[in-house]
Amino acid sequence: MDRPIIELQHTTKSFGPVKVLKGINLTAYAGHVTALVGDNGAGKSTLIKGLSGVQPYDGGTVLFDGKPVNIHHPREASRLGIEVVYQDLALCDNLDIVQNMFLGREETKGATFEEGDMEVQAAAALQSLNVRTVESLHQKVASLSGGQRQTVAIARSVVKQAKVVILDEPTAALGVAQTEQVLNLVRRLADSGVAVIIVSHNLQDVFKVADEINVLYLGTLTARLKTADTNPNDVVGYITGTKTMEEVAS
Amino acid sequence: MTTESESPAASEAPRASDAPSLLGKGIEHGVGDHFRAYISRLRGGEMGALPAVGGLIVLFIIFAFANDKFLTERNIANLMTQAAPLVVLGMALVFVLLLGEIDLSAGVTFGVAMAVFVKYTQPGGLSWPVALVLALAIGLAIGAFIGFFVAKIGVPSFVVSLGLFLGLQGVILMIIGQGGTYRVIPEPIKAIQNSNMPLWAGWAMLAIALLLLLGVALWDRARRAASGAPNGPITIMVAKLIGIAVLGAVVVFVLNQDRGTEARALSGVPIVVPVVLVLVMIGTFLLDRTKYGRYIYAIGGNKEAARRAGINVTMIKWTAFMICSSLAVVAGVLYVSRVGSADASTGRDIVLSGVAAAVVGGVSLFGGRGRLLHALVGALVIAVIENGLGLLGFSAGATLAVSGGVLVLAATVDALARRRNGEVT
Repeated sequence: MDRPIIELQHTTKSFGPVKVLKGINLTAYAGHVTALVGDNGAGKSTLIKGLSGVQPYDGGTVLFDGKPVNIHHPREASRLGIEVVYQDLALCDNLDIVQNMFLGREETKGATFEEGDMEVQAAAALQSLNVRTVESLHQKVASLSGGQRQTVAIARSVVKQAKVVILDEPTAALGVAQTEQVLNLVRRLADSGVAVIIVSHNLQDVFKVADEINVLYLGTLTARLKTADTNPNDVVGYITGTKTMEEVAS
Repeated sequence: MTTESESPAASEAPRASDAPSLLGKGIEHGVGDHFRAYISRLRGGEMGALPAVGGLIVLFIIFAFANDKFLTERNIANLMTQAAPLVVLGMALVFVLLLGEIDLSAGVTFGVAMAVFVKYTQPGGLSWPVALVLALAIGLAIGAFIGFFVAKIGVPSFVVSLGLFLGLQGVILMIIGQGGTYRVIPEPIKAIQNSNMPLWAGWAMLAIALLLLLGVALWDRARRAASGAPNGPITIMVAKLIGIAVLGAVVVFVLNQDRGTEARALSGVPIVVPVVLVLVMIGTFLLDRTKYGRYIYAIGGNKEAARRAGINVTMIKWTAFMICSSLAVVAGVLYVSRVGSADASTGRDIVLSGVAAAVVGGVSLFGGRGRLLHALVGALVIAVIENGLGLLGFSAGATLAVSGGVLVLAATVDALARRRNGEVT
């Protein structure tokens, strides 16, 4: 396999006396969906927040495309091309789809918006993700369903030309059909050459979409599995701590 | 809803090309489409200024039938000058209301600024332009003060501005003195609300405004075309412009009629009208077409989302309060120009009417929804109620009670629209 776009080496994070991450090694590859699973309190969120710059790691190395980087602020993550799609989506209900997709980096000329350019790019991003469910680019986000909102949030990262997209529980609040749509979207995002890291509780979803599954157990990576070579029962074993792969839990 | 049922296996090839492009979808292709889209937006709870415009028309009809003085040229001109301070105060408040904040001290802010202005432009004092700059600086400083506590420290704006509402009344008293009144001396300031433009200037103003609107609309279309984005039907654009032209022509025509007494002829558009129009245009440009305006809406819609998108929430909030207070001072100038004097109570009672103007016009108290023009429409509604009930001989008490009732009604409409929108209340 090629060089991973993201490689974490022995990353640690403590909150006071509590060690939340006890030396994690994690890799994510362009074009692959890397799943991160684990029980509540296993350290998934902390791991994500470190990568997004919201809560920098205490120790260890982060390699981005082979080069060590320091991510101490969300803006630094954004500059590298790391985007996080949060569980609560972080969209503005009162703005429309295009406005949300370009929020914070609108295209302007002479201080005023280039509405046309933004529309063209937004349409292209949604088309590249094969989105069919949205009626108009100028629908207010308030009028969208949960799945459509998730779509807009993911398309936002495409417009930003992100290299790594981290999805935090993307299907947690969705119904069956919408979950299916979002998983399709995730797959297409990866197929377009983006490294996707997906955090999920739902093993069914993970098995549908992920190429590789990483299991966190109490701040330690206890398993790194190819989806094709494993089954949900084993993964549950790793999640609950009844099984451990010795070679990854260093 | 897609009907794809195949499971997305890891080997599935990218299938990007078979989805239709969304570009141009939802752009209405005819007047019928446009109308249908508008109806569906209304159903979705995006009513904008519609209830206020409807209310304004109804009020006009009622008062026109109830009192034969209401629709006279003189009263229409009167309405304009009566509404002008309220329009500008409402516009000032829109900037903070859009953020989901409030400034209860906007009225007394202009009270302080005008107390200083009027006191120091008495004969032998400062020249009026210097005093005006000083007054605006006072507004800016008060806005910066409120903004510091709200945006930087995190004190609720309701509390900060309520505190200032009381505190600044004390400051006005200290400047003016108990029971004191200062007359407005500078002629140019008095002229804003009491003099009219020559007849030709009224028509010229209308022509310039229309040309400006047409120019902007055509430039927008050219820009969109250049980036390959489709434009809406040109008929809608033309229809809107014609509508504005007709309305504007009626107003200018009416105001250009002689409305004076037998002894003294009086005609022309009051000078305050172009002043307010220029403020509306600048403010609308800022809110609709610049990042600053977009970020105000974004913060009002979802502060956390705005922060994560890299928007400097603190700075935007802070400056919005400064804009609000400065514009409030402009409202104060229009106010003292009309009243002719400043005393210890200047600006004390008008602030809630300003909030009412914005909310009645369709600006949401919950933040994120509303436009500057809504404040103009809302202020006209409040002014028409005050004016009409006054003509009918209602007491000031009854007028206040009705205005208050309209505010509660408007806030209720706002809350219901929000619920309809599916937002959490």
